[in-house]
Amino acid sequence: MNTDTVSKQKTTSISAGEMLLKTARNRAFITGSEAVAEAVRRANVDMAIAYPITPQSESMHLIGDLYAQGHIKDYYRAENEFAVMAAIHGASLGGGRVFTATSGPGTLRAMEMFPVWAGSRQPIVCAFMCRGVALPPSIQPETIEIAFLLDTGMMIFHAENAQDYFDMILAGYAIAEQPEVHIPVGVFADGFFVTHTREVVMLPPDDLRLDAYNCDLAPIPPFDMEHAPIRMVRDPLLNKSNFVSYAASGGWHLEVLAAAERARKHINHYMGGLIEVENPDAKVMIVASGTAVSQSREAIRVMSQQGMTDVGLIKVKSIRPFPEKEIEQATAKASLILVPEFNAGGWLAREVKASIDNNKRVVAGPRVFGGASLPSEVIIGEIKKHQY
Amino acid sequence: MAQGKYKVVQGPEAYFPPAAAIMGVTLPDAGDAIAEGEIVPESSAVELIARKLKEAKNPVICPGPLIVWQWSDDASPKAAAVKELAEACKAKILPMQDYRAKRINPAAEISPNHPNVTILHNEIDVCVFVGVHSHFENVALRLIRGGTNCYTIALSEYAASDEAMISLRDAGVEKIKEIIKILKET
Repeated sequence: MNTDTVSKQKTTSISAGEMLLKTARNRAFITGSEAVAEAVRRANVDMAIAYPITPQSESMHLIGDLYAQGHIKDYYRAENEFAVMAAIHGASLGGGRVFTATSGPGTLRAMEMFPVWAGSRQPIVCAFMCRGVALPPSIQPETIEIAFLLDTGMMIFHAENAQDYFDMILAGYAIAEQPEVHIPVGVFADGFFVTHTREVVMLPPDDLRLDAYNCDLAPIPPFDMEHAPIRMVRDPLLNKSNFVSYAASGGWHLEVLAAAERARKHINHYMGGLIEVENPDAKVMIVASGTAVSQSREAIRVMSQQGMTDVGLIKVKSIRPFPEKEIEQATAKASLILVPEFNAGGWLAREVKASIDNNKRVVAGPRVFGGASLPSEVIIGEIKKHQY
Repeated sequence: MAQGKYKVVQGPEAYFPPAAAIMGVTLPDAGDAIAEGEIVPESSAVELIARKLKEAKNPVICPGPLIVWQWSDDASPKAAAVKELAEACKAKILPMQDYRAKRINPAAEISPNHPNVTILHNEIDVCVFVGVHSHFENVALRLIRGGTNCYTIALSEYAASDEAMISLRDAGVEKIKEIIKILKET
């Protein structure tokens, strides 16, 4: 345990385990954007880079305030989202702990960098505040951008609420920085629903922060041209060489996916599992992530009042790595599996169908998009149509 | 996703072998090690490493950049212990001095980008990786079990390697000395 002075505030650095699992917490009534900033305040981040886009902008404004207060060593606004993600990659390669955030079209504009982050084994934590991306334009909550990131090699966590958002960002650093993991993590929340509404969030004291990131534990050398002994990384990163076999290049990709598998035990430790299950013996199971979990929970409460109690809930917290085994076990007794989603594509339903036997049990919906909300009545109606 | 129990054993396994972690092999916690995909007590892994080295016809130690170069104060004593290990089991030393994509002389060094070339050129039947950053360690060890029949051992810096046939985690000077002690006693 070390003490350090950040601005005028004396802080104490502790391990992620102490911060997340042991420290007593205090009640705060804050927005999801404020919860993100509170996580970054405690994460001992070296550098954050911003570019505005709704609904993400407020969180990076608040993180700019943290820089002004001395909680972050460096912070600036880049030229666009691609520039943000490229620069944050450089800061991470140089051995810093970094943070950034974006939303919807910003995610797609920066897309090239996400597999680069993963391929270079950098433990970058990025918050995604999901929104619509297509024409007709929508800034409203949608989770379609998660579908585009599924196979980038990043870990993907999906927060239901501001509490999850706070915890998953801090857990993201703890998990991503494990030497055998060391890949980026995208922590996603549904824009506006989470980012722009206040709720009770339990926070550790604000004079605590995570122990500093130690880049010497990384599975690759730090990218530092001035550091002895040698220019170690550049050529394999460029990788266009007759002296790298295709098998090695492919094996490198495979190693990124293997790293995500190695994250499972750390996700179990720091996040209490890849899924949470309510009423595991139910004949009807709802599988959901993000705020679709809250809507499903409300649907289950209403149905219970109406005497329909045989409905359970699987909250999927980790999308990558995906909890295939856990979902297979948790749906073993279900005859109907409903997957409500906030997107047109139905990516979570596809993931669930690919994970279980007898996937004709899966109803890929209800799905809403284009700015529509997902009333609990719609979920109840879908269940009644198929089961009750 | 794992399909049954996957073993990390001598190859050649496949044109493109799967990653052991994706096949369900998990890494050991402190006090344990990994042998052929199974978690085992560290002490038995140390004995098994010593036995494999003793029985090898052409053992080779491949020290990586973490001990070939003076990154930290820990590098020199560990390098000395590795040299002592090589002497104890009469192993050659073929270093992996860096990870750059380059032409190599397979009689003198090993590269993570085509390690099987060095293994086959020198007819190495047991190799020991030590001081190699784990990303490159795993990439290279998977290539070796994919394309050769070499038995692979990893004395890993932090977490163990799930791609080696035997691997110790946090393998510092003390653990290397334990292997040397058994080699000298047998």
